[in-house]
Amino acid sequence: MIMSPTETWSPAQPIVSLHGVHKSFGTFEVLKGIDIDVMKGEVVCIIGPSGSGKSTLIRTINGLTPVSKGSVKVEGIEVHDAGLDKLALRRKVGIVFQQYNLFPHRTVLQNVMMAPLLVLKENRKEVEARARALLEKVKLRDKEEAYPAELSGGQQQRVAIARSLCMRPDVMLFDEVTAALDPETVKEVLVTIKDLAGDGMTCMLVTHEMGFAREISDRVYFTDAGRIVESGPPSQIFDKPQDPRTREFLSKVL
Amino acid sequence: MIPNWKVSRVTWRAPVLAAGLCLAAALAATAQDGGAARPSALASLVIWMPFILKGFGLNLLMSVLAMGFATVMGVILGFMQISPVALIRVPARLVTHLFRNSPWLVILFAIMLLVPFQMTLPGVGRVMIPDWVKATFGFALPVMANISEILRGAVLSIPSGQWESAESLAFTRGQTLRHVILPQCIRRMLPPWMNWYALLTLMTPMAAILGVDEALGNTQAAMEAAGARPEFLIPFYLFLMTIFFVFIYPLSVYTRRLEKRFAVAS
Ligand SMILES: Nc1ncnc2c1ncn2[C@@H]1O[C@H](COP(=O)(O)OP(=O)(O)OP(=O)(O)O)[C@@H](O)[C@H]1O
Ligand SMILES: [Mg+2]
Repeated sequence: MIMSPTETWSPAQPIVSLHGVHKSFGTFEVLKGIDIDVMKGEVVCIIGPSGSGKSTLIRTINGLTPVSKGSVKVEGIEVHDAGLDKLALRRKVGIVFQQYNLFPHRTVLQNVMMAPLLVLKENRKEVEARARALLEKVKLRDKEEAYPAELSGGQQQRVAIARSLCMRPDVMLFDEVTAALDPETVKEVLVTIKDLAGDGMTCMLVTHEMGFAREISDRVYFTDAGRIVESGPPSQIFDKPQDPRTREFLSKVL
Repeated sequence: MIPNWKVSRVTWRAPVLAAGLCLAAALAATAQDGGAARPSALASLVIWMPFILKGFGLNLLMSVLAMGFATVMGVILGFMQISPVALIRVPARLVTHLFRNSPWLVILFAIMLLVPFQMTLPGVGRVMIPDWVKATFGFALPVMANISEILRGAVLSIPSGQWESAESLAFTRGQTLRHVILPQCIRRMLPPWMNWYALLTLMTPMAAILGVDEALGNTQAAMEAAGARPEFLIPFYLFLMTIFFVFIYPLSVYTRRLEKRFAVAS
């Protein structure tokens, strides 16, 4: 298996790094040269109008969407190498989607335990203990025997987060994870993500929750039409946006 | 989420209806009875019942074997149909559509005439292939093709998010199919699968045309042997229909229930 050796990467270097990333669907260019560097433990938010390519961008990082040009590296591993060890990559990168995508035929606990058992072939006792601890963390210990259909959207989303975390990733990606939720359950999911960021997890979030983005991010990226228009600390992006497109977008959503 | 099925209440209506049909058969037989010297049509029927039931046993055997074969082959074909490899996908599509869109009787005749009545197997020597085995194979092919289609449809009906989240959790394609997709498909496939089983069972008397001694063939042989009187027709055929009815009706009630449950669940 051809793989860039991990030894070349040190925590002083960006854990996720995108350079000149282009992506086209047919003749339609969705990403037109994206550069992002994320350091270990950083929390990064990507905001921007609908259709600007945020989901596409985030999905290139765990190799769900192959890029047309450019480089995406996670811990120094080139994600879009033909000979990439996908298992190695996906152990490092967890992703949570807008539509929780839990496995409906398995209980909450089984959902969380499935990947470590099947993929990592870990010891059942250890995985179970870890899964229970994670469910405790997302405050769903009492729901471990429930099936996804018996949970609210917010609860399902927290299970999805626990399921991803059970693979012990180094980076977590969140793609509009609160967009499908009722306003009152949005908060419980955001609190979960905030705790996670507080624990030092590297997080990349696509979100429409501007207040949350401002509160949690180390850095905010504003994207429009496949390009990063502006990036900086939240205070700069939200209080002193430089680009007229950022200003226009923020005036609409704030 | 898989609920506990309650079967107990499903079946009471079937025996009642069956008893009604039997009574009707008896009445019809008595009503048609002319001469006093000859045994009544009903009495003849009673004498020949074990013979007809024995034939029905073969119908059941053929239906179960054919369904088993059709299920295994249909699931394999169905998975082949969704393979990303064209070399696997295209032949599977071809076979599926060929057998799905041919008349059953034509397939049956073709199998009967194309498969030799004996084969020489290496190491075993000459093996006779009885007609009922060939007929079973003939019934299995169209059902196999339909199960292949049902599986393909069921897999496609699983939201793409299931594939994506499994892939993101580093599942291989095989693991995703086996642990995520297939279990969800089974729920969706069960009602149509049971429907096809019922249909298949109802088709098995076609084997009589080809000389297999199943229920229909035996019924006709019994009427012949009992004197071939026209008043036999109604009671004998009613009895035959009743046997199938008693077997199939609870199945179809149960299938309808499953369908309703799945409709509610999803
Ligand atoms: N698989 C695909 N095939 C073709 N076009 C696609 C595909 N995926 C995304 N697109 C297109 O790429 C563009 C960007 O999509 P993307 O989902 O990345 O936007 P987004 O910024 O996440 O939008 P939203 O805020 O609505 O989620 C859209 O115009 C979309 O139609
Ligand atoms: Mg999106």
